Amino acid sequence: MTAPAGPAPEKRKRRPMAIAAAAIGVAVFGWLLYGGLDKNVVFFLTPQELLAKGTSGYDVPIRLGGQVKPGSVKWDDKTLKLTFEVTDGKDEIPVESSGAPPQMFRDGQGVVVEGRFGRDHVFSSTGLMIKHSNEYRPPKPGEKPQEMYKTLIKGSGS
Amino acid sequence: MLARDAILVSMAVVLFGIVAVPVAVRKGRRDWMQLAYAAVYTNFLLVSVAALAMVYGLVTHDFSISYVAQVGSRETPLFYTVISLWGALEGSILFWAWVLSMYAAAVVWINSRRAGNLVPYASATLLFISFFFAILLVGPANPFGSVFPVPQDGPGPNPLLQNHILMAVHPPLLYLGYVGMSVPFAFAVGAMLSGEVEGDDWTKITRRWTLSAWALLSAAIIAGMWWSYDVLGWGGYWAWDPVENASFIPWLTATAFLHSVMVQERRAMLRLWNLNLIVGTFLLTILGTFLTRSGIVSSVHSFTTGTIGYYFLGFIAIVMVASLVLVAGNSERLRSTGRFDSIASRETVFLLNNLFLTAFMFTVLTGTLFPLVEEAVNGAKVSVGEPFFNRMSLPIVVTLLFLMGVGPALPWKAASSSEIKSKLLPPAGGAVVMLVVALVAGARNAYALLAFAFAGYAAFANLREYWIGMRARHTAHGEGWGTALVRLIGGNRHRYGGYTAHLGIILVAFGVAASSTFRSEHEATIKPGETISLAGQTLRLKEMWGREEPQRSVVGATLEVMNGTTVGGTMEPRMNFYPMSQSPVPTPAVRSGFFGDLYVNLQAFRQDGSNATIRVIYEPLVPWIWTGGGVVVLGALIAIFPVGVGGARRREA
Repeated sequence: MTAPAGPAPEKRKRRPMAIAAAAIGVAVFGWLLYGGLDKNVVFFLTPQELLAKGTSGYDVPIRLGGQVKPGSVKWDDKTLKLTFEVTDGKDEIPVESSGAPPQMFRDGQGVVVEGRFGRDHVFSSTGLMIKHSNEYRPPKPGEKPQEMYKTLIKGSGS
Repeated sequence: MLARDAILVSMAVVLFGIVAVPVAVRKGRRDWMQLAYAAVYTNFLLVSVAALAMVYGLVTHDFSISYVAQVGSRETPLFYTVISLWGALEGSILFWAWVLSMYAAAVVWINSRRAGNLVPYASATLLFISFFFAILLVGPANPFGSVFPVPQDGPGPNPLLQNHILMAVHPPLLYLGYVGMSVPFAFAVGAMLSGEVEGDDWTKITRRWTLSAWALLSAAIIAGMWWSYDVLGWGGYWAWDPVENASFIPWLTATAFLHSVMVQERRAMLRLWNLNLIVGTFLLTILGTFLTRSGIVSSVHSFTTGTIGYYFLGFIAIVMVASLVLVAGNSERLRSTGRFDSIASRETVFLLNNLFLTAFMFTVLTGTLFPLVEEAVNGAKVSVGEPFFNRMSLPIVVTLLFLMGVGPALPWKAASSSEIKSKLLPPAGGAVVMLVVALVAGARNAYALLAFAFAGYAAFANLREYWIGMRARHTAHGEGWGTALVRLIGGNRHRYGGYTAHLGIILVAFGVAASSTFRSEHEATIKPGETISLAGQTLRLKEMWGREEPQRSVVGATLEVMNGTTVGGTMEPRMNFYPMSQSPVPTPAVRSGFFGDLYVNLQAFRQDGSNATIRVIYEPLVPWIWTGGGVVVLGALIAIFPVGVGGARRREA
């Protein structure tokens, strides 16, 4: 390993330039990051919190969490259009979604709906997730798959 | 019980080892040094006893052990019982400690005869990390608690983790990769403590360790993508989920290190930077463990919210402060002795590569940590959407692809303008070809087109390096093409291993670009006998069926792949119902071809089996991603393989 032969004065002149360039680079990158974050933060809200936001809740990406309001589910398996209401016990928000409901989708089920809240006060969903607690619990009677899908499981004869 | 006692004894042994090293170094006592090394081996033995005792407890269904009671079940098949060792928090920490003790023992075994204080201090550093994990094992992540009264049976592992064979592959690979990063870190700390940072020896000794850890981490990331693709039923493989990011962030800095360390070895520059990269990589693996294991982000990887997060934060703080002090104390020795000769040189490309990989790391890190910061500061629950990650990372990725083509073509030090022309122009042919292919296939998005073009450029440039070398051997020595290729790689395995890894990454890039650009899907509810079509393929629902298995119930759909009017094969997407879980685990059916996958998932079904909602996705080039992962590992293996094996022994530039 040999020592550098670079002339010292030249080095001294270059250094402030390099530091300034690096500082500008970092600043621009930070600004890009910040701008990107600002536009793409998805808020996780309950129906009550969403309604409380008023007009600022329209047309921004949101994850809406709550329960499926009993009796509100309408599912058309021809057009694959699913509508239901999400409730947090205080407020309700109607949701429109396309695609089949997940197998465990039912009244009172906890859900997280991803999408945007329109000015027509309908939440159009781009993604629907079942929210299940991380704790396992044994299924209640009648909830066991063996019982629910009796005809299918027995029908195969295995 | 035995296992917990083993861990407690190991803590005493480890503490002794940590103290013995500085004593041995200060007083020049070889015998104390031998005792410290013996502590490393003993620690490995004791942790092995604890880990194997846990496996024994799992296999024999000893539900008096808290961890077995938590993840065991008599119905779970033996295979998944054994691998549930890493299926939950406590067991995974135990597995981690085991892997770490194994690495430490291997490091001492291989390097203990080297003179100087580097290896002793590196061993002490590894023991220090071991001690932290032992604290976790007797404290917040104790798997050896006793349960009374002893339950008759347990709930079994998390359904998602016992549904696929890749669960036996992805976690161990990830741990081996993650923990493997402790070795270069330990040597970096050892080099600073022993004042040997000037020698660059620590990077040479740890090169294989770093490479293997990197290869394991790469394989783990790909295996995790594959698992997500094959188990979650959404047809994707990457969602910028915090836990995915946790494995990807240290991979980025490790990749940067593998490149910049070459600049240090060849040109004696970037010493300080490399030290910071390796310390950063280690910190990011611990941060990743914190993110996935503390329950601070909710996912399949997090299990409980306990106090363990504070232990991790404390450890991260200690490592950070200690590293900063060490780096500051060594700053005089970390000066570059070489310097840049020209902008048009390989080291410039490596610098840019590091710049962009670091920017990539910061982007992903910011997006991953932002929700935590936002919740802590404003109390708002937010997540950072995929658009953020995609928009920020795409320009970085296409730049990196381009650099991957430029780097191998340029020489060290300085390239003449004729060299630049003859090296950098021809690969543009590859770029044009891929651009045309992408345009014809229907891509219009600018980034997609750039990705295809630059991946084509890089593929051409890297393949051309092989071609030039083979042709030279062919004409100079009259070797056959096959012999020429083997000897070429054997002659400089480090270099051609790198190019092979590049080709693997390029395959992954093609796979990701194609599957995100040309993916198409169709969902429909059909009755038995009806068909669903997508991308020229027609599937007919033959029947719905159900089956009882010891640990689960399965409901499936049999679909026939139609070739005109004849049946060309069947696909069976299923839903697996595990007794302790409220929602079923989807099990999509995948039919792979060279150009892509037909991916079929059972979305929902009528209880009596009279109809089923089927989602069909055409996933172009997805198998290329898995293949690319294999090629990356192959490249690393070529570079790791001991010198003197596999052809010529001559080493060239």
